[in-house]
Amino acid sequence: MATIYIDNKPYEVKAGKNLLEACLSLGLDLPYFCYHPAMGSIGACRQCAVKVYRDENDTKGKLFMSCMEQVRDNMRVSIADMEAREFRAHVIGWLMTNHPHDCAVCDEGGSCHLQDMTVMTGHNYRAYRFDKRTYINQYLGPFLNHEMNRCIQCYRCVRYYKDYAGGKDLDVFAAHNHLYFGRAEDGVLESEFSGNLAEVCPTGVFTDKTLKQHYTRKWDLTMAPSVCHHCSVGCNTIAGERYGTLRNITNRYNGEVNGYFLCDRGRFGYEFVNSAARVRKPLVRSQLPEASDKYTALKAASSAIKAGRVIGIGSPRASLESNYVLKKLVGEDNFHHGVSDVDHDLVEMALHILKEGSARTPSLQEVEKADSVFILGEDLTNTAPMLALAVRQSVRQQPLLEQVSKANIPVWQDAAVRELVQTEKGPLFIAHYTTSKLDELATQTYFDTPDAIARLGFAVANFIHPDSPEVHGLTEEELGLAQQIANALLAAHNPLVISGTSSGNERILKAAANIANALAAREKSAVISLVVPECNSMGLAMLGGHKLESAFEAVLNGYADTVIILENDLYRRASAATVTEFLDSCKQILVLDHLHHATTEKANILLPAAPFSEADGTLVNNEGRAQRFFQVYPTPEEIQESWHWLAELGTIMADEQISNWQGYDDLVKSMAEEIPALRGVKKNAPSSDFRVAGQRIPRAPHRFSGRTAMHAGFNVSEPKPPTDPDSPLSYTMEGYRGQPPSSMIPFFWAPGWNSVQATNKYQQEVGGHLKGGDPGVRLIEPAGTAAYSLAVPQKFVPLGGHLYMLPLHHIFGSEELSNQSPPIMGRIPAPYVAINTADAIRMKLDEGDLLSFSIEGQAYQLPVKTSHTIPSGTAGLPNGLPGVPFAELPAWAILNRDIKWKQQPQTTF
Amino acid sequence: MFSLLRSMWLTFLHAFHKRETILYPEEKPILPIRWRGRIVLTRDPDGGERCVACNLCAAACPVDCIALQATEDETGRRYPDFFRINFSRCIFCGYCEDACPTYAIQLIPDFEMGEYNRQHLVYEKKDLLINSEGKYPGYNYYKVAGMAIGGKGKGEAENEAPPVDIKSLIP
Ligand code: SF4
Ligand code: SF4
Ligand code: SF4
Ligand code: SF4
Ligand code: FES
Repeated sequence: MATIYIDNKPYEVKAGKNLLEACLSLGLDLPYFCYHPAMGSIGACRQCAVKVYRDENDTKGKLFMSCMEQVRDNMRVSIADMEAREFRAHVIGWLMTNHPHDCAVCDEGGSCHLQDMTVMTGHNYRAYRFDKRTYINQYLGPFLNHEMNRCIQCYRCVRYYKDYAGGKDLDVFAAHNHLYFGRAEDGVLESEFSGNLAEVCPTGVFTDKTLKQHYTRKWDLTMAPSVCHHCSVGCNTIAGERYGTLRNITNRYNGEVNGYFLCDRGRFGYEFVNSAARVRKPLVRSQLPEASDKYTALKAASSAIKAGRVIGIGSPRASLESNYVLKKLVGEDNFHHGVSDVDHDLVEMALHILKEGSARTPSLQEVEKADSVFILGEDLTNTAPMLALAVRQSVRQQPLLEQVSKANIPVWQDAAVRELVQTEKGPLFIAHYTTSKLDELATQTYFDTPDAIARLGFAVANFIHPDSPEVHGLTEEELGLAQQIANALLAAHNPLVISGTSSGNERILKAAANIANALAAREKSAVISLVVPECNSMGLAMLGGHKLESAFEAVLNGYADTVIILENDLYRRASAATVTEFLDSCKQILVLDHLHHATTEKANILLPAAPFSEADGTLVNNEGRAQRFFQVYPTPEEIQESWHWLAELGTIMADEQISNWQGYDDLVKSMAEEIPALRGVKKNAPSSDFRVAGQRIPRAPHRFSGRTAMHAGFNVSEPKPPTDPDSPLSYTMEGYRGQPPSSMIPFFWAPGWNSVQATNKYQQEVGGHLKGGDPGVRLIEPAGTAAYSLAVPQKFVPLGGHLYMLPLHHIFGSEELSNQSPPIMGRIPAPYVAINTADAIRMKLDEGDLLSFSIEGQAYQLPVKTSHTIPSGTAGLPNGLPGVPFAELPAWAILNRDIKWKQQPQTTF
Repeated sequence: MFSLLRSMWLTFLHAFHKRETILYPEEKPILPIRWRGRIVLTRDPDGGERCVACNLCAAACPVDCIALQATEDETGRRYPDFFRINFSRCIFCGYCEDACPTYAIQLIPDFEMGEYNRQHLVYEKKDLLINSEGKYPGYNYYKVAGMAIGGKGKGEAENEAPPVDIKSLIP
């Protein structure tokens, strides 16, 4: 700690910080542009000037850029000094000489850092009367809009895009006062994290193009804290609504999870909520017209359930609550997981590893701090994008710890640090069967079959601790690599092992667990992060339930005849033939979902389930962190959460426990009491009767406009504002004006800070945890009871006339819901099958030629993409891509030609 | 006593003054141009819609009786998709006019808006948009703003230099 005097008042601040950080953490208003808590300072904008005095006798002082000055004990500073203030106003004045007269038509307006800072410095009138510089904009793809005239040359965009996120195709061009921030030519921005530019850029140069389609000012949005539903990482988001449609997704800072950023799937995948394919009315297919109201549907559903022998199929993309109520309704024995059997086993195993192993699972924040990483069988950029971004930061850890601290440079001195570190990177090893965007950072990559990856993993574990089983028959090269990885992990302070379910191989998971446990046995503070398929896969596993296969058997054997399918398209979970046979054998099919798909087509009764933005619920992410998401806007009574529908059915059926629930809180309480693993869920967010000073937390900012006109076109008598029985949030602007508890922040705003930079005011210290602790409750802590797995696999042997089909994942295309968002649709690759280049030559196939094969009776004919890394005798099939029918992968694909594979030597690059 | 008589005298004199009240509605009052009456949306000198759907009027409105939605034509020109004023709520404070950066929304000297049915006091864009520049002739926001729209490219607004050649290094 250090004491500094700001305008003659003493303050205690953390030593080692820069002055700007310190001032902002103290809650003082000091304008700035180029500094960003996640990226440090470079002193480019000259906006953050303060006076620094030599000692108490110095009355003149000197102007310093506060973001470039380290705090020292007894430092004397002035923010209010006249000269400093004038300097800051002038800097804005200069930045504004070329700024267009655009605020009225600028999408940033109302949440613009430049507007805020201009007001803060008091630069009111334009004094410059000469011509303004102009630029031609670029087309940057379906996600971002470009308006270069508004740029103030702060360099945040390129620092974020290139330095932080590793993008290659955004840069600064030209020179002196002609700087141009964009691509070398028009085209789609390649980075999977490009959307963050809209928040990183303090002006309206980069703005959200999807928001532009239905533009709404930030002050006009009704917002609620939400959690991304598009992968297992569970990033925190803010979802905004106006006039009954969802308008945008922005980042919700969580110091433990996503920090300041989101991936593009999470940011732009929301539009499925507004899709024409939404189920908006209950359908009862035994009557005409099919569309009915809530009560008819409930009656039909309850009599169907009463008449039949019922089983339930849960879903990894539905909330814990919905799955739990379904399980209650149908009974423990009749509750099945709506996931493929491979996924079921793998997630179960992942949960087992996290629960019984000796290494804990890290938050993304901890991943960034890891100084040695080994990734087994995951293409993170496509399966858990934000985890990939965190790994990108982790390779900087070792140089930061070693060189930078030795050179006595503070870590926030970004330019100096990058200059010193150059391309130096900490150890990162990747073993996979396909290339990934992180390969460029890797110390070593190893491309081979899943079994070979597992063998390498087991070998590493064995080198770390001899109790882990030995692997026989490895090549010299592989042994050398295993030794190298083991050494790197052992040498690190915070070694990290990453694996997951996406390659469909349980032995890889076991190998990863062995490595983590071996490290723990050597008394290393090792952590293990396992990627699971969907946003609530982990929660579903913790809830427990049977396999999908047994659901099929139950109906086909006549044990059950009625099925309730929760938020699930079974055609994405099992082969089409099996699902059709199953559904055709059911007497009654009850489906709850948001979008129409192949399974809802077969439903006898279809109930419109609320998607994430219209629902309350809890998800458990891959870290085992339970996170609450809140309903953003009220819906018509026919659209409600699945748990709501099911609880109402339970009440009609006079289920003893369900009919006693008075609301959401009782449901959560009952779940937490019944399932010990989920006990923490109760503490996730305050209960619905929570009030601050007797008031609810408003979802709308106090400047929210149009309340007495928005419904007037329909009826001039204003309806009573809707109330929310499930949470302490109100749907209007009325309520408590101060900062709510961290788990319920509907938007970031502070007086004078309308942009997202207001996040500063909600943090304990800038870039740190939120006041009151970051939201979410960790449910899993390792017990340390697991023994080493002995299941070392044999070497993979190719099969003549067959290809071993491995799953490939795409950030845009592999996830069901985001696939229905038009901006994402524009980025989904065409269906293909990836095969080894040498195999392609042997089969006389060129890139783009059609390859026919069948998996478990399902025929495929797909254009070939050749790959150097897919091992010979195997092939890659994109998972979940539109136009690629489901197959449970990995699996043997039968080729309709006779081909012998040559055993390939392993390739190490 | 004297003051009482004086007051009576003065009051009596008023009987011979010119009358301030007029026989409305037979006779129409003459209102100053800045009178704050019925709200209209005006057009720019080229006949285009002036309103750029910036939402500032709606935010300024103390009774929140303006609701609109922005949209864009294919050239990038922004305009309101719908624009609604609920005059049964409007207090004719004129804040919307003050807030408007484009002179689009203006209060005019017309107050004859009485209706038997309150619903008829809800005006949509077709009821608000007039074929005139109103009180502030000559101003055309898009001629000043930096956005390119149909008929006006980059660098063609007032006080704008032609677009930068980013391949040039010459100062
Ligand atoms: S970037 Fe900000 S200041 Fe510039 S035109 Fe847009 S809203 Fe206005
Ligand atoms: S585009 Fe935005 S982030 Fe980049 S330099 Fe300009 S103002 Fe800064
Ligand atoms: S990483 Fe996953 S959870 Fe995070 S924003 Fe992307 S899709 Fe959503
Ligand atoms: S302030 Fe003017 S330009 Fe903006 S929305 Fe209102 S009428 Fe339109
Ligand atoms: S924030 Fe300090 S110079 Fe830009």
